[in-house]
Amino acid sequence: MSEKGIKSKDVIVAADILGSNKKIAAEIRSKLSAGRILSINFMSSPGAGKTMLLEKIAERLKPRFRMAVIEGDIETERDAERIRAKGVPAWQITTGGACHLEAKMVAKILPELPDQLDFLFIENVGNLVCPASYELGESLRGVLLSTPEGDDKPKKYPKAFTTSDCLILSKADLIPYLPFDLDRAKKEALELNPRLKIFVTSAVTGQGLDDLIRYFVESLRDFRHA
Amino acid sequence: MHELSIVSSLFEILLERARVEGALRITGVHLKVGKLSGVVPEALETAFEAYKQDTIAEQARLEVEVLPLKVKCQECGWEEVLDSYIFVCPACRSTNLKILQGTELVLERIELEIE
Repeated sequence: MSEKGIKSKDVIVAADILGSNKKIAAEIRSKLSAGRILSINFMSSPGAGKTMLLEKIAERLKPRFRMAVIEGDIETERDAERIRAKGVPAWQITTGGACHLEAKMVAKILPELPDQLDFLFIENVGNLVCPASYELGESLRGVLLSTPEGDDKPKKYPKAFTTSDCLILSKADLIPYLPFDLDRAKKEALELNPRLKIFVTSAVTGQGLDDLIRYFVESLRDFRHA
Repeated sequence: MHELSIVSSLFEILLERARVEGALRITGVHLKVGKLSGVVPEALETAFEAYKQDTIAEQARLEVEVLPLKVKCQECGWEEVLDSYIFVCPACRSTNLKILQGTELVLERIELEIE
């Protein structure tokens, strides 16, 4: 029942739906690269311990390196305040409902960063699914999995693990009290992503944190010599 | 549930393209979604139905083609669809696999009505 004078037309578009985010992420990457700043995007479920890990990283890195933190949450300034209490400059992005950070949100903060910086940590919104689809111009992506969440999570939420460079198993001090099979978690994560560097950590006891810091420092050195 | 954000980006591309083509209406939207895109087709459809209201895509049908995960072994050249998320070559056990397909999130084709 075509109306008079109206024709139908097929148009091949072949456009990446996330293309505009990727474009902004590439601009961020090149700016950070020019500033010789290594950026690390942390993803995890809510409550896996991203902010506490960042507090511990701040304590260890701050005496030797210049770092800044961008915090992503749906609401509140709380996480940025916790980081500032460690003497580290921090910016809070409140997404007002969005379940992930997008590159355009990070791009707005870039001009406010200190001129001289070694590390920029970005703490994504707590969510093991959505943040994985959005590049933020980071050099490294880290996924946290806390032991109370269960050792079966890598296979259930594959994209967060396949797109990450390192896996930080957090709250390792709780393993004796939980049905958490560390070998299974490691094995399944490595099946998804054989290049994943795995760190078994506890922000409470300090377990594994020196190795993690060494990895970041070596990554910074490699990034600057690349 | 970031499908609403994705559909919002989709509509930016969609409406701009329809404008350039001088379309009166958008009647069909075809997407290609990789199995490892991190997007759930059903959630995408729900978000699309909500988003299209009061736009020229109000009558549009959404078709989502799911693309399987396809890899190529960089050691022995084995090339196949991976049904599981075990990134190990079944032929030579190498873990050096390249993803050929399966991460896409693409607006492939649209059907328009023009004068």
